[in-house]
Amino acid sequence: MKYFIFCLGIYGSIASTSNSVQNGELSKSIERGKDVYTDFCITCHKVNGEGTPKVFPPVAKSDYLKKFQTESIRGVKYGQLGKIRVNDIDYNAAMPDPGLTNEEVADVMNYINNSWGNKISGIVTAEMVKKIAK
Amino acid sequence: MKIFTLLFIVLFSSCSYAQEEDKVIVTPENINYTSEIVVPDLQIPWGMAFLPDASILITEIKGKLLLYKNGIKTEIKNVPTVYARGQGGLLDIALHPKFTETGWIYLTYSSSDGDEKVGNTTLMRAKIKDGALIDKQVLYKGLPNTNKPYHFGSRIVFDDEGYLYFTIGDRGEHFVNPQDVTKDGGKVYRLKDDGSIPEDNPFFNTADAKKAIFSFGHRNQQGMTIHPDTRQIWTNEHGPQGGDEINIIVKGKNYGWPTISYGINYDNTILTDKKEMEGMEQPLYYYIPSIAPSGMAFIDSDKYPGWKGSLLIGSLKFQYLERLELKDNKVVYREKLLADIGRLRNVKIGPDGLIYVAVENKGIVRIVPKK
Repeated sequence: MKYFIFCLGIYGSIASTSNSVQNGELSKSIERGKDVYTDFCITCHKVNGEGTPKVFPPVAKSDYLKKFQTESIRGVKYGQLGKIRVNDIDYNAAMPDPGLTNEEVADVMNYINNSWGNKISGIVTAEMVKKIAK
Repeated sequence: MKIFTLLFIVLFSSCSYAQEEDKVIVTPENINYTSEIVVPDLQIPWGMAFLPDASILITEIKGKLLLYKNGIKTEIKNVPTVYARGQGGLLDIALHPKFTETGWIYLTYSSSDGDEKVGNTTLMRAKIKDGALIDKQVLYKGLPNTNKPYHFGSRIVFDDEGYLYFTIGDRGEHFVNPQDVTKDGGKVYRLKDDGSIPEDNPFFNTADAKKAIFSFGHRNQQGMTIHPDTRQIWTNEHGPQGGDEINIIVKGKNYGWPTISYGINYDNTILTDKKEMEGMEQPLYYYIPSIAPSGMAFIDSDKYPGWKGSLLIGSLKFQYLERLELKDNKVVYREKLLADIGRLRNVKIGPDGLIYVAVENKGIVRIVPKK
């Protein structure tokens, strides 16, 4: 029994260490992502992610962001052309390819995924972004 | 109390400025024009120039220069590599005033020169031969290159004396560049057609100044044209949140950014509490909220009944073309044309006297009056 508790203890500490490493990376990425957001996204998607009515969709509390993470990342990586539907409203403005590095795409996604009440679990990494094709 | 004081300041101070109120834009009920797509399937058309044979040169921000002739789009080769980040890329295009004789075309674009993480606005002239740019000459390069992805300007206009004017935005360093004439960014520049600097430029004899500067204190000007009668240079300028401007550009003047402004920061913080100051120009008109103005042209033809002399400005944000009537350099009427057409990037009057607009995700569209 003692042994079992000991094992559980070790397991627990390993799990929490790797969790906090990931949390540390995530919070650093979110911090960098805020700068990317301020430089590239804020004029249209606004400081609180609410977007511009009828023109640019919200990124805060967006059902599209929640349902379509891969498509969202692709949009940030390559630009967004054509109609998309967000929270039951259609948008059709072109978003130019912002020209971000894979790291910057991951950072700004992590910022958006974890801001303004958005809680999308997991971390987006540059490796994941790299694999997303046009 | 703070809020009350602020409110009091806003209310009290709003009485004292040149422009009494924002003119409400009118959406007319009877529309006496139609629109037709001239050049389809463009992504982000930025600049356009009409050649003597009625073909059109179009820049796409991603770095493509297209020639549209007899219904066919051809990509011109040997275009300079652009710093395609954020608002950077291949920007405006203009023809030499004596294009038929000289063959020169002028381009603005953001360039990196090696380190592709940084860039700044560049002016180049070149000729087109056999579908490619030749004789490329860089006439001006804004410095330093930075990783800020916004506020590159940039429009190109020639005046009657053959001087070339172009704009570089503040490059995201509004507390560093616009008010300092020894630095690039936040300026209108004036050059001779070969890139040399006119000796009567306002800061030509100022120590350490960038001698090509014609006016300063600007944020990001993406519309510029020449008035058909007065022949003055007019610009529009993206303000911060609120405070887009229309200005008449006068040699050596300071247009105030960011010391004075009618707008606030995008994070909703206050940028400046000053809207006017001695020695700084007031805008001819300012927009609250911002429309994100892009492109500028005066209607100088008789094609549209009642519209001659009107000023046209594109709205990226609200996706229409704005027609403004002016009296004694004051805006007396605003009208919405092409409502909801898409992000409107540029407007020009074509050689046929018709209005041509460049619309993102669409193409080049022409306004045709109803008979």
